[in-house]
Amino acid sequence: MEEIVKKRIKEVIKGDQNAYGEIVELYKDKVFQLCYRMLGNRHESEDIAQEAFIRAYVNINSFNINLKFSTWLYRIATNLCIDRIRKKKPDYYLDAEVSGTDGLTMYSQIAADTALPEEELQSLELQETIQKEISKLPEKYRTAIVLRYIEELSLNEISEILDLPLGTVKTRIHRGREALRQQLRYV
Amino acid sequence: MSCPAEIIEYMHEYLDEVISAENEKILREHLQTCKDCQTHFHELKKAIALVQSTSNIKAPPNLTANVMARLPKEKKKIGVQRWFRHHPLLTAASLFFVLMVGSLFSAWNDHQFSVSKQPNLKVENTTVIVPKGEVVKGDVVVKNGTLKIEGEIQGNVTVINGDKYLASAGHVTGEITEVNEIYEWLWFQIKKTGKDLINIFDEENDKI
Repeated sequence: MEEIVKKRIKEVIKGDQNAYGEIVELYKDKVFQLCYRMLGNRHESEDIAQEAFIRAYVNINSFNINLKFSTWLYRIATNLCIDRIRKKKPDYYLDAEVSGTDGLTMYSQIAADTALPEEELQSLELQETIQKEISKLPEKYRTAIVLRYIEELSLNEISEILDLPLGTVKTRIHRGREALRQQLRYV
Repeated sequence: MSCPAEIIEYMHEYLDEVISAENEKILREHLQTCKDCQTHFHELKKAIALVQSTSNIKAPPNLTANVMARLPKEKKKIGVQRWFRHHPLLTAASLFFVLMVGSLFSAWNDHQFSVSKQPNLKVENTTVIVPKGEVVKGDVVVKNGTLKIEGEIQGNVTVINGDKYLASAGHVTGEITEVNEIYEWLWFQIKKTGKDLINIFDEENDKI
């Protein structure tokens, strides 16, 4: 897989846009997932995921072909997410929580067109709960936890992506884990 | 809790898969005796499992298309190069066609006077004369010149890019072909190649 990606990137560097389409196809789910777990809403995640791919394309010449492309791409995506979290604008999204309603989102204001089966509904609720707990983590722990357990990356890779020493990454993951333990113990 | 502080540290080392065998042994022994730490460890693992259980989200289907639409325009040259790369057969065919046409055209543009070599053909400048009373054996080909037939030719006559005068006394046993237009000439070349090919096969067959 790395080999195919390298070949495609060489083509992209030569200016072939179609080759980049293949790269986007390969990584779109992972990048979107990363953004979604970091930001907690689809609309913003799609926005940031697109932005990450466009930035990677525009700056492809600064990518060192001998390194892993995914690491570089995740780094761009992670930085964009962190930026977005830091200057979160008071925008209104359907899946943003409505203030003072304790967990109700704008979706609940819209009539559902199909009734979900009980089981699916439960698993969806659980997923939402977990996502909410991830979103509660401070951004630096959240980033480390998402990269470790959603993207399933090694500690070394995370340290490369975040440009932090391995020890710092470990500490952040430990604290993130402890925080999640507290939040999820009664789920 | 009266547990040693490093037990929690060992738990994380275990979860990061960097724990030493020695520390792992200490951790296991402690977990067997301490209920609180067992719960703690269990809760950590549960939190991880829950977080991992959410990792199956898919990107919106139009994400790639949206990204591609927003990329800066690529250079035209690249598009052409890619087309060539993706259609090797067509590229080869068109290259062949270009070379073919080129060579045929340059052959057509060849304005040199030439004539087939028969000893009794009389040549004056660019005019070839078959003298009265003479019999020329074999096919006669005249290129960029005039052919005057006063005698007899036992064979085919081909005049390319020129004129042919057949005197009343003149006689040709075979076919007379005049080629002046480029298309005719092309057709003539193709027919000739075809005939040559058939001749080769015939000869081969004869040998067998």
